[in-house]
Amino acid sequence: MKFISSLFDSFLSPVLGKDKTFWMPEQASTYAYEIDYMFSAILWISTLFFVLIVLFMCYFAWKYRRREEGELSQPSPSHNTTLEITWTVIPIIIVIWMFWKGFTGYMDMMTPPQNGYEINVIGQTWQWNFEYPNGYIDEELHCWKDEPIIVTITSMDVLHSVFIPAFRFKMDAVPGRYHRVWFEPTKAGEFDLYCAEYCGTGHSDMRATVVVHEGQAEFEEWLAEASNFLCKMPPHEAGKKMFEGVGGCKACHSIDGTRITGPSMKDVYGTEETLKDGSKVTVDDNYIRDSLLDPQSQVVAGYDPVMPTFKGRFSDGEISAIIAYIKSLKEGWVEPEWEYPPECAEDGEEGAVEKEDTSL
Amino acid sequence: MTTEVSTLGEQAPSGYGAEGGEKNYLNETSGISSWLLTLDHKRIGIMYLACILSAFFLGGMFALLIRTELLGPGPGIVEADTYNQLFTLHGSIMVFLFIIPGIPAALGNFVLPILIGAKDVAFPRLNLLSWYLWMTGATCAVISLIAGGVDTGWTFYTPYSVSHAMNGVIAFATAVFVLGFSSIFTGLNFMVTVHKLRAKGMGWFNMPLFIWGIYSTGLIQVLATPVIGITVVLLMIERALGIGIFDPALGGDPVLFQHFFWFYSHPAVYIMILPGMAIMSELVAVFSRKHIFGYTFIAYSSVAIAALSFIVWGHHMFTSGQSRLVNMVFSGLTFSVAIPSAVKVFNWVATMYKGSISFATPMCYAQSFLFLFGIGGLTGLFLGTLNVDMHLHDTYFVVAHFHYVMFGGTVIAFLGGLHYWWPKIFGKMYNELLGQIACLLIFIGFNVTFFTQFMMGSQGMPRRYFNYPEIYQNYHIISSLGSYIMAAGFFLCAGYLIHSLIKGKKAPANPWGGATLEWQTSSPPPLLNFHSEPVVGDPYDYTDLEYDPETGNHTKPGWVQGAA
Repeated sequence: MKFISSLFDSFLSPVLGKDKTFWMPEQASTYAYEIDYMFSAILWISTLFFVLIVLFMCYFAWKYRRREEGELSQPSPSHNTTLEITWTVIPIIIVIWMFWKGFTGYMDMMTPPQNGYEINVIGQTWQWNFEYPNGYIDEELHCWKDEPIIVTITSMDVLHSVFIPAFRFKMDAVPGRYHRVWFEPTKAGEFDLYCAEYCGTGHSDMRATVVVHEGQAEFEEWLAEASNFLCKMPPHEAGKKMFEGVGGCKACHSIDGTRITGPSMKDVYGTEETLKDGSKVTVDDNYIRDSLLDPQSQVVAGYDPVMPTFKGRFSDGEISAIIAYIKSLKEGWVEPEWEYPPECAEDGEEGAVEKEDTSL
Repeated sequence: MTTEVSTLGEQAPSGYGAEGGEKNYLNETSGISSWLLTLDHKRIGIMYLACILSAFFLGGMFALLIRTELLGPGPGIVEADTYNQLFTLHGSIMVFLFIIPGIPAALGNFVLPILIGAKDVAFPRLNLLSWYLWMTGATCAVISLIAGGVDTGWTFYTPYSVSHAMNGVIAFATAVFVLGFSSIFTGLNFMVTVHKLRAKGMGWFNMPLFIWGIYSTGLIQVLATPVIGITVVLLMIERALGIGIFDPALGGDPVLFQHFFWFYSHPAVYIMILPGMAIMSELVAVFSRKHIFGYTFIAYSSVAIAALSFIVWGHHMFTSGQSRLVNMVFSGLTFSVAIPSAVKVFNWVATMYKGSISFATPMCYAQSFLFLFGIGGLTGLFLGTLNVDMHLHDTYFVVAHFHYVMFGGTVIAFLGGLHYWWPKIFGKMYNELLGQIACLLIFIGFNVTFFTQFMMGSQGMPRRYFNYPEIYQNYHIISSLGSYIMAAGFFLCAGYLIHSLIKGKKAPANPWGGATLEWQTSSPPPLLNFHSEPVVGDPYDYTDLEYDPETGNHTKPGWVQGAA
């Protein structure tokens, strides 16, 4: 009996449960229920058909098993138009219903409401960037409960796909295109975000966290705090945060000397590198800045020109922070005298870093 | 008979050779060139069989490596880049080198002309060329490994494949291009053969259903394959010359590639499954010893599936950002393909009603097919439903779904067909008990491997992941264990089949009691297939079957099953 009831649960659970169930992860968005409802309905219908087919198959196989070789079958009709039309028409009606429910549910998912909070999502190999309306870019997707979040998704290089299982949300990030879609979280907490479209070596590590705050106030507080990071930590630490976080630099540049997709940053500052065209360049502040803003122009020999540009995404202050971090990776580096960028002093706590809203 | 094999086809002798004794197509001539230059459809079929089984072995080994790697998250036996190459090779070898040519070019080549009472296919030289093109394509695929490897997945999605992927892409794209021609020539050849070379008295509606299936497949091969050819050429041009077609950095459109790719690759799914369904219709009827139920419905459903397969490609792209209207249309059309497939399944089950059902190995595979293809087909409904697909797209749910269809459907049917025609092809019987055990092992292993993947997929596990969150590890471990059970089944199967070639009992002309034309000739058949003009009748009429307990042979009045 216990087995039967657990079997029952496993079928109904996608609809009943708000938490993780046998088939589905927890439901944390407004349209998750609708999708789970359809999943469950199709599961039931499919199971019914499947059990019928297998039962008939097994029953016939046992009942009419050949008792001795050479035995012939009993006479029975080789077709029956009424029966054949019946089992054609019934599935047609069922799939029309499935199609319609799926389509209307899909339209709900695809139509953003008038007033939602807008966040830009940018994929690059192999890092997600989330750009908030004040221009601040973070490696986590922050939003708050019961607020429609409108996301505009694009990619810097190859195809990626934003997939948040708990929200039942998925949309491809296509370079050169913007996909404007939405979701509304119904639960506060942290949720996984995966890249669902294959994008190379680091594809399976291209994951991020979605943080759903309890309310707007909590969210705004986080945003103000996070946007201000250049005024909260020494430049080389701010640079490290960007190198490992939003910049996604560490996916291609090691800091321990190992060669991956791009050159290692260890001890690189101040050295001379040979470029693709044979010319030489010294890795100094200017070279690093140029490489961030126009990466294809001065590619080091032996590497592919695959680095995306950060033009419009990194402010001058942020670029300086990254340069400071790369300097700090040199052997024998001692922390120099530093001060916060001039903007920090002006308006104290809030919104110290004013940046142009370059968006995309 | 001393006629050179190479004259067959164009100047086939008018009469059937009255050759006595043990002369058959296998021992008629000998030497390596008698194989490599043969125009005999049966020998070409066997060369195909050997090659595609090698490809299957290779693809299977890659699968085992993948499953072993996935026992734990992160690096296990290989690194990320190697893993990406492994799943790319597994997918593209299985699709382009094994499943697409599998049933038509190997089994179809052998039995199609015999089933319609012909001496060979319509263009024997073209048939041999197809095989050589397959070999060329396979060689290009191997070259791609030396040229730097491929890590794009079998789908070659742009812009990754043109800007970021490893250097073997062009070589592999060449392989796909060449293999495409191999496939087109086979399809064309079979279509013409069915039109022109049917035996006297064989109308369209007393052809075996296997022929309907292969004919419909040929239709898709001829019409859809050129599109993938053009697409991979565009891909090569873009990658080699930097002309912007698909890469937005060069002014191209990456979604256009997906349209081109799936315009071929969705119909290709039916190039893979229709021949499997075609074999099913034969197996279920013969081993139930009953007239197939609803012949006309099954025949037309093959053609309907072939036609509908061309207009559903967009369902691979529901999350690509294509317009809502387009998604709606493709979702609706996708559901329409469910109907003819369902009708076939109902008909096969109904055929068993009041039959005389044998559990010989081929029938065990047929029953497995009904079970596995049932799940594979029904899970397609989840993916065709627009909003549910938004969640399931690109997860392991999709991986499980297409393995249930491609493996649970096509490969299982292929194995059923291989066991069914094995005595006819080689004239030897295999060990029946071992056959049934291997089938059971494969069936159990398959379900353990792939049903688990449905569960982790709907839980959110994305496909093509080298590293994964720990919440999915238990599913992966179970799935990997299943794959080892499956591997054991396959090795057992290979073992007794090879054993049968050496020590197998001599097969009678008609061990199963089939009523189609291939059972009217000796096992193995003579060079020109028949010993006298075959008697054409209802291919599923078993009422006047006569059984000889001494030899294990079945015959019908008027049949000549051997040399006079």
